[in-house]
Amino acid sequence: MTSAWRRIAFLAAAAGMLAALVAPLSSEPAAGLLARPLPLAAIVLTALLYAAAGFVTRRLSTALALGGVVLGCIGTLALLRDTAIAGYAAWGFWLAVLADWGAAWLAVAGLAAVRPHDKTVARITDLAIPLLFGAFIFYLWEVAVRGFGVPQVLLPPPSLIAVRFFGSLWMLWQDFFQTFILGVLTGYAIGCGSGFLVAVLAHRYTFLGRGLLPLGNFVSALPIVGIAPIMVMWFGFDWPSKAAVVVVITFFPMLVNTLAGLNAAGHIERDLMRSYAAGHRQTLQKLYLPAAMPFIFTALKINSTLAFIGAIVAEFFGTPTRGIGFRISIEAGRMALDVVWAEIALAAIAGMAFYGIVALAERATTFWHPSYRT
Amino acid sequence: MTSSTYAVARSAKIRWHPALVRGAPVIVIVAALIVVWYVAAVLMNMGVVRDAFEREDTPYTTAQLIEGTLTAERPLLPAPHQIIATFADDVFGWPVTSPRSLVYHSWVTLSATFLGFLLGASFGIILAVLIVHARTLEKSLLPWIICSQMVPILAVAPIVIVVLGSIGLRGLLPKAIISAYLCFFPVTIGVVKGLTSPDPIQRDLMHTWSATPAQIFWKLRWPSSVPFLFASLKVSITISLIGAIVAELPTGAQAGIGARLLAGSYYGQTVQIWAALLAASILAMGLIGLVALVERWVGRIMGTRA
Amino acid sequence: MLAPDNARLAASTAAPPAALAVRARGISLTFPTGDGAVDALANVDLDIAAGDFVSFIGPSGCGKTTLLRVIADLERPTAGTIAVNGVSPEQARLQRHYGYIFQAAALYPWRTIERNVTLPLEIMGFGAAERRERVERYLRLVNLSGFERKFPWQLSGGMQQRASIARALSFDPALLLMDEPFGALDEIVRDHLNEQLLRLWDQTGKTVVFVTHSIPEAVFLSTKIVVMSPRPGRIIDIIPSYFPRDRTLEIRETPEFLNIAQRVRSGLRSGHSYDE
Repeated sequence: MTSAWRRIAFLAAAAGMLAALVAPLSSEPAAGLLARPLPLAAIVLTALLYAAAGFVTRRLSTALALGGVVLGCIGTLALLRDTAIAGYAAWGFWLAVLADWGAAWLAVAGLAAVRPHDKTVARITDLAIPLLFGAFIFYLWEVAVRGFGVPQVLLPPPSLIAVRFFGSLWMLWQDFFQTFILGVLTGYAIGCGSGFLVAVLAHRYTFLGRGLLPLGNFVSALPIVGIAPIMVMWFGFDWPSKAAVVVVITFFPMLVNTLAGLNAAGHIERDLMRSYAAGHRQTLQKLYLPAAMPFIFTALKINSTLAFIGAIVAEFFGTPTRGIGFRISIEAGRMALDVVWAEIALAAIAGMAFYGIVALAERATTFWHPSYRT
Repeated sequence: MTSSTYAVARSAKIRWHPALVRGAPVIVIVAALIVVWYVAAVLMNMGVVRDAFEREDTPYTTAQLIEGTLTAERPLLPAPHQIIATFADDVFGWPVTSPRSLVYHSWVTLSATFLGFLLGASFGIILAVLIVHARTLEKSLLPWIICSQMVPILAVAPIVIVVLGSIGLRGLLPKAIISAYLCFFPVTIGVVKGLTSPDPIQRDLMHTWSATPAQIFWKLRWPSSVPFLFASLKVSITISLIGAIVAELPTGAQAGIGARLLAGSYYGQTVQIWAALLAASILAMGLIGLVALVERWVGRIMGTRA
Repeated sequence: MLAPDNARLAASTAAPPAALAVRARGISLTFPTGDGAVDALANVDLDIAAGDFVSFIGPSGCGKTTLLRVIADLERPTAGTIAVNGVSPEQARLQRHYGYIFQAAALYPWRTIERNVTLPLEIMGFGAAERRERVERYLRLVNLSGFERKFPWQLSGGMQQRASIARALSFDPALLLMDEPFGALDEIVRDHLNEQLLRLWDQTGKTVVFVTHSIPEAVFLSTKIVVMSPRPGRIIDIIPSYFPRDRTLEIRETPEFLNIAQRVRSGLRSGHSYDE
């Protein structure tokens, strides 16, 4: 974006902000901004920051814009505390929100355009951008739901979900333990472990490998979650049936990927081992397995998400009165959507943490792979 | 593992037809699995059948016992021929529009799959194009898209259905939306990889011709991404099918393969569940085959090597 | 795993009597490919004395790499006999008589340089102290001291190849088999490594069999040049060369050098190597 356009954009944002001073804030009779000292100060200061951001250097303007966005968000959220505005917000309010949105976009774009030389600064920026972006989305969610007065049974605002989350920690912990620790982790360990062992066997005995690989690819494409009712029939309602579903779901991707990884060692490296008269066990340990690590971790990462999905879906088919899937389906039926969203937040955090741990382990063991070195 | 040339020199003794070399192991293993299945069916259903005999106080021989395990009405593990028989019944035994026909249920699930796939794939492609061209989007949105896949999104299925139901959208659309959400991700990732796959030297060449970004996109990036697109479409369409099936579960839908699974599970109709699973598998294979067919047609136009 | 026999190792590095390191008679190798059989080697006879530096030179497809791989027991000939250090190639491989160096360095990227050099030592059962000592000695020999903790991708192509040479030497084989080891490097690095290889050969007294398609390289390094030609792969000429062991790159402009190079070239021409 050329600096001329940036200037215009920032000035427009400032103007939008200032519009809140004069335009109606609510379709109901409510005091205008001029009668509210603190929000007024926030809005005016924000407008000034936006205007200033249009006239300074790139780096400084991004910083100013960020500051303005934070202030503007606080200001608009503060306005929503007034019940006359919440649910009836009018175009004055929305102009301010839009101005914040535009400035936030410009700030994020400014951050993205920065290419710092220092590795750590680059890493921090790369982390900060999606975090800021995400934070702003949450803000928009909150403001839209409360400003438009969306019924809470339909879509609760993040603040309400957070309140419900922290208010039901014990229930959440029980559900997490049931679904994740008992169902997902046991199934994941057994499924990935057996997939790995079978792959090592299939690599050793080519006939087995050539038979299992197409079969594994075939089964991976099937809707495996469908076996959940059968597993419930075999293993009962409690967590073993969920673990069984996870085992079946994680077995095949692990088998296919590990086999591909074991076959990935180059033939020069294999000839080298042959020239050392190394036995199969030695070659497995020193060549095939280390070379297969990137592939194994791909499967482990895929399986971490599949396992979680499998356990939750399996719970839709029957479970004792605990578990994330169970809670979601029950509470959704009761229209207690804030509990459902709290459970979803739990699942989101757990899912991302699980994936993150596997990704960290991957980085530690496959640091040597070219994909990390670009 | 010997070097490849070594293996060639050794197998030169017997001339195997290449298709046989590739097909024989699969056939042997599948045959072995079928045998194992029958044995497992006998062993697992033994208890149920023996109890049934003893309840009726009838004397029985081992042969009758084994025969019973393979023809039980509510077996723990149905034998393959039972599944195929029920499957054939449900497919051919009822008129196609009857709610007892598997074809009817398959069609319900398929329509949600197709709609979801269409929505998801289009969204995925558009998102990928945007991500490749706007660095801001790549840095701010892409991490969230990746995170979205770590969240067990099927947990959101009930909400989507309930919320959309309360504003009057029922049946096909909520299922399609859930499928679309599930299947857009592989397409986005695949197309992003494809659009960024051209060599730097290719891009430099475009630069020497002063090509506009749109020209570079249509003449270089988009054609290069076709193989990646089709690979991800195959994954995406199977995921869409899974999404459609699972979307039928939490609200107790009446039609569709997921509904069949649910009904079978409620009423203890084991063989019905297996037959529905068989139908789902056939659907999945058919969908992949469809995409592969389109891929081959496109490949012929674009001069890809067979 | 057999523990290294120190006596045997000492014997392999001591100056051997005029024994034959390689004795090949009537070697033929036919590959059955999809387009019909390919005669990679046809009736090859060759003697390589211990302590020789022998180059195989020829165009692509002349069988030079195949012949090297037959010596290394990485291929089996379809006809003919061959003895490596007096035993069959398979025995020679099982007894670790040779070190093989490929066109690419083939270092394992997940191991440091140090651990890459100890890879064969681990497989052959050397003790930890001995491994450490050998790593230090051979890395010093190839001028890579100080790079033990680095990973292969942190080194240049030439340094990676030097590390692979150190790896091949680490278990003291009597024979060094090298398949176009410097082909992927630029000419300046290549010249430098040629000189270093020559010093190494002079110091260790090993037998080296070296495959190349560079005429100056073959003439500079060898005591014997084997000229080969394709379709079918066969030996056209065997040219002895008697340059002093402490030669430098400057001899490449001398008349004697050019004569031998010319003889190599006419051999290649007569083998139709320059035809379409």
